[in-house]
Amino acid sequence: MTPPALQARTEGLVTAELTVAAGEVVAVVGPNGAGKSTLLRALAGLPGPARAAVAIDGEPVGTRPPHLRRVGYVPQDGALFPHLSAARNVAYGLRGRGLSRREQRAAAHDWLTRLGLGELAARRPGQLSGGQQQRVALARALAPEPRLLLLDEPLAALDVETRAAVRHTLRSHLGPYDGVCLIVTHDPVDALSLAGRMLVVESGVIVQDASAAEVTRAPRSAWVARMLGLNAYEGDGTDDGVRLADGHVLVGADPAPRGRVLVTVHPDHVTLYRDPPGGTARNAWHGTITEVTGTGTRLRVAVHGSDGPDVVAEVTAAAAAELGLGEGLGVWIGVKATGVGLTAL
Amino acid sequence: MLVWSRSGRAFVWALFALVFTPVVLGPLAMLVIAAFAGDWNGVLPSTWTTEHFRDATDGTNLDSVVVSIQTALLAAGIALVVGTWTAIAARNAPRPVRRIADAVLHLPVAVPSVVVGLGMLVAFSDGPLLLNGTKWIVIAAHAVLVVAFAYATVSAGLDRTDQAFADVAASLGASPLRVLFRVRLPMLLPSLSAAASLALALSMGEVGATIMVYPADWRTLPVSVFTLTDRGKVLLGSAVTLTLLLATLILLTVVGLLRGKVEDRRSH
Repeated sequence: MTPPALQARTEGLVTAELTVAAGEVVAVVGPNGAGKSTLLRALAGLPGPARAAVAIDGEPVGTRPPHLRRVGYVPQDGALFPHLSAARNVAYGLRGRGLSRREQRAAAHDWLTRLGLGELAARRPGQLSGGQQQRVALARALAPEPRLLLLDEPLAALDVETRAAVRHTLRSHLGPYDGVCLIVTHDPVDALSLAGRMLVVESGVIVQDASAAEVTRAPRSAWVARMLGLNAYEGDGTDDGVRLADGHVLVGADPAPRGRVLVTVHPDHVTLYRDPPGGTARNAWHGTITEVTGTGTRLRVAVHGSDGPDVVAEVTAAAAAELGLGEGLGVWIGVKATGVGLTAL
Repeated sequence: MLVWSRSGRAFVWALFALVFTPVVLGPLAMLVIAAFAGDWNGVLPSTWTTEHFRDATDGTNLDSVVVSIQTALLAAGIALVVGTWTAIAARNAPRPVRRIADAVLHLPVAVPSVVVGLGMLVAFSDGPLLLNGTKWIVIAAHAVLVVAFAYATVSAGLDRTDQAFADVAASLGASPLRVLFRVRLPMLLPSLSAAASLALALSMGEVGATIMVYPADWRTLPVSVFTLTDRGKVLLGSAVTLTLLLATLILLTVVGLLRGKVEDRRSH
C-alpha cells in the first residue's frame, strides 16, 4: 500500500491532524487569526508559532530545514524577488537539480509560457501587474515540482476581473498537479471552485474536514455557514427547539438534537411581511431593515431583529417593491420549520 | 507642495539663498580662492599661483592623500561588514538582544570622537594588543566611529525587506547562505551602497579621534590641514583641503559606479 502523499500533525498555536492523498486540493478556510497561515508555515518548516511533524509520501521531513523539504510556498503578495526578472525568479528554484544554466533558463521560459507570460520573461516584478505577478509567483512555486504546494490567499490582493482570470489559471494547473495543494482563502467562490475538500480552522483547531459538498450541505461552524452566505446561529437543543443565547427559540422540522446546535437558515427561506404572519411560519419575530443590497433581480435584505436574532433575507426585486421594503422599515420575519437546518456540534 | 502662491515661493527661495550663500557656498568659494592665491591683502587676492596646489599634491602631502584613502577604504570595509552582519543578526534576535545591539552600535555616535580616540589610546598602548604607534590604531578608530552609521543605514533598509522573501527562497530550496547572498544582500544593495558612501565620507573627514592617535608615519589629510593651518600656512592648508574634497568626490563616484554595474549585471 502506498503511503498518503501528506501526513501531518501540528502542535503549538495550531493543533491539527491531516492526511491528504496525492492530487488532492484542500481549501483552508476560517476567520482572521484562526491559524490558517500558521498551519501553512508549520508545514513548510518556516519559523512561526506552530511546529509540525510532516511526512511526504511516507518520508518524514519534519526535522528538515525548509530548503530540504520540497515544499512550495507562496505567501499572500507572492513575494517575487524585486531585483530579478520574471524568468530569473522562476529559475531560482531550479538550481541544484543537475540542470545546466541553459536548461534552467529554458525550463523557466517554458513555465512562464504555460501560464501565458512568455513575452514578459525579461520584466522585473515592478513592471508587472498584480495578476501577472501572482502568476509568476505560481510558476516559480510549480517549477521545482514540489510534492506539497502551499498557497496563502493567492487571490486576495487582486481585483474582481483579474481574480477570475488567475483563478482560472490556478484551476487548470492544479487539475493535473499530482502533489498535494493547500489553499488558504476567505472567498467561498475560490474554495468551492478550486478545492474538492475543505478544512475549516477556528481558534487553532480544525472544526470540520470534509468534502466541499458536505461542508456546503451541513456546515459545522457559524463562521463557515456565514461565509457560504447562510444565516447561522449557535444555541442549545431543547424539547421545544433550539434556544439561542438571547432566549429566542428556533424550531426545525426535526426534533432538535441535545447539546450545542448550529442552526442554519438559507436567505431564500426567510420571508418578510408587513403584517404579522399567519399560521404557516413556525418561526416568526419582528425586526427593522438595516440594509438593502442588490444583485440583479434578487435583493439581499439585512434585518436587525428586535425580539429575535438578526437575519438576512433574499427576496425578488418585484416582491421588495410590492412590500415597499427600505432601510428603517419595521417588518415581520417568518421562517418555515422546513427551512431550518440543525447540526449537532 | 508646501507653499502654493508664486510670491510665497519666491520668498522661500530668497530666504534659502540668503542662508545657503554665506553658510555653505561662501566658505567653499573662499577655500578655492585661497588655494590658488599668491598675495592676498585686499578683499580678493592680488596675484594668483598654482604653487600651493603643487605643494599639496607633492611629497608628504601626497602621502597624506594615499594614507587617507587607504584608511577610509579599510575602515569603511570593516564597518560595512560588521554593521551589516550585526544589523541582519540583530533583526532576527530576540527583542532585548536587539535593543542592546542597537545601543552598543550607536554608542560611538553618542560620545565625542575625542573620547573614542582617548579610549583607543588607553586601551591599545600596552599588551596584549599593542596598536599604538601603528597605522592600525587609526584604522580601528575610524572603523569604530563609522560602524554606527553603517549599522543604522542597513537596519533601516532591512525594515523594508520583508521576511517573506527569505521564506520563499528557502521553500525554493535555497540554503541559508544562498538566501543571504542571492536574496537578502542584493535586495539590500541600495542601503549597502549608501552605507559605504557615508562611511567613506565620514572617514575621509574624521579629525577628532585621529589627532589623538595618529603615528608620525600615518598622517591623514584632515590632520595635515589642521597642522598646516595651526602653523599659519592657511593658503597651503586650503590647497590640501581642496585635494581632500577631490579625493572624497572620486571615492564616492567610484562607489556609485560600482553599484550601477552590479545592478546592470544581474538584471539579465
